[in-house]
Amino acid sequence: MRESIIMKIHYGTALGAVALVTIHILFRMTQNFSESLQYQNVIANYHLLPYALMLEVVLILLSVHGFNGLRVILLELKQGIVYEKLINYGSIGAMAALIAYGSRTILMAGMGMS
Amino acid sequence: MAVETISKTPEVSLPISSDSITLRISRFNPKNDLSPIFAEFKVPIQKWTTVLEAILFVKQNLDHSVAVRYSCRQASCGSCGMRINGKPALACYTKISELNSNIVTVEPMHNFPIIRDLAVDFKQMFANHKKMKPYIIREDSEIASDTKEFLQTPEEVEKYLQFSYCIKCGLCNSACPTMATDESFIGPQGLAQAYRYVADNRDDGKKERLKIIDQSHGIWRCHFAGSCSHVCPKGVDPAMAIQLLRGYLLGFRK
Amino acid sequence: MTERMSNREGLKGMANPTRYGLERVAYWLQRLSGLGLLAYLIGHIYETSSIVNGKVAWDKMLELTQTTQGHLILTLVIGMCVYHTANGIRVMLGQGGIGVGKPGQPEYPYKAASLNYKQRLCIWVSIALAALAMMYGMAVLFGD
Repeated sequence: MRESIIMKIHYGTALGAVALVTIHILFRMTQNFSESLQYQNVIANYHLLPYALMLEVVLILLSVHGFNGLRVILLELKQGIVYEKLINYGSIGAMAALIAYGSRTILMAGMGMS
Repeated sequence: MAVETISKTPEVSLPISSDSITLRISRFNPKNDLSPIFAEFKVPIQKWTTVLEAILFVKQNLDHSVAVRYSCRQASCGSCGMRINGKPALACYTKISELNSNIVTVEPMHNFPIIRDLAVDFKQMFANHKKMKPYIIREDSEIASDTKEFLQTPEEVEKYLQFSYCIKCGLCNSACPTMATDESFIGPQGLAQAYRYVADNRDDGKKERLKIIDQSHGIWRCHFAGSCSHVCPKGVDPAMAIQLLRGYLLGFRK
Repeated sequence: MTERMSNREGLKGMANPTRYGLERVAYWLQRLSGLGLLAYLIGHIYETSSIVNGKVAWDKMLELTQTTQGHLILTLVIGMCVYHTANGIRVMLGQGGIGVGKPGQPEYPYKAASLNYKQRLCIWVSIALAALAMMYGMAVLFGD
């Protein structure tokens, strides 16, 4: 993939994440902070489908943005064909793993499997 | 860097001067030495003495073996770039009185291989500069054209003029945080020159150049830290050129 | 050896924010906050995953994180998040060529137009917003 396309994705995920993380934080402000973290309140959040979907999107946006940012830093630190391939594929792997792990939580908590 | 120092004071009669400074010169020959050492020299100065003049005083009176590259002595040739008290600058363009220090340390520029002492190798920078196709690309030529020359309005000239003042001194590449670790990065000098030609309305090579810079160690490794523009002695402002150039790739500019 | 031959400044030079003005400090903070936020994201996803193990596991995790140290870390995360966002928007616009000045005839003492007061103001505003958000965050976290 061309670097300009990757970086456009980087900027796009950043802007999307800013908007959705704001909503995520505002949800914690609807009530007293420590109250909002009580088990039943958090579970209720996960059961709310639009919110659960939003969490999934936030998870994807932040994982892509975060690991691409790390990829950029690591590519600048050291060079070499093998190293760069490792970093590129490693970042994609880390993104996928984090998304999978986070999605598992959203899915299981949302479906009442906890 | 090793802190071992060799001190030398002038044995010859010096020009009348009220002030003197200690000039610390980094000495290193990659063929023989394991690490650089500092040689210290007492150098008389006047209000107008430049760092290059102080180094040349050392060469003439104290140690002629100090290696330094210089030519024009007026910030036009871009030969005498070095780190002066830790910051990249042209030695001929830096007055000692402006440094506000009695100890002046000169070292070779970072991010360039050292040839010897203060002289560094520009091979990679020139290769990257060449990669940017630093010439007008178009099908026809001024000789074959009916008008005999490609006329430009002052406004059209102003779009690239500033960037054509680059003297290839390498200070920008030395200050760049990406260049500090990324040896494949084109660097601010090359990227600014790519913009210089892309912004020239006589040129048709925009597509070619944008393709060259749109790779993993190309323009996207610039993070607008602005250090290149901070040290540029000619007001080229490579940071601006790079951001304007990136505007084409992001679709902000046509 | 290669490093010595190429005379690259290396990680120490890249991570040194002191020599080239406020813009270099902003670059350094952006990198640092980005790395911090990624670490927090990973930790946060791990932390919230305890909910799938039931109320006991969730409460146990809360006990670990809802402490003074936990709140201090969260306050730092708020600051990093706000700074990274605000400065990130400045950098993004700048990288599109917006707010970096116009090319022109350079005049002595050759002050770079791209390092203009608007850019510096935006950096200071980003830092100030982060500080304010941290203060608000502290009030919320420690006010409970």
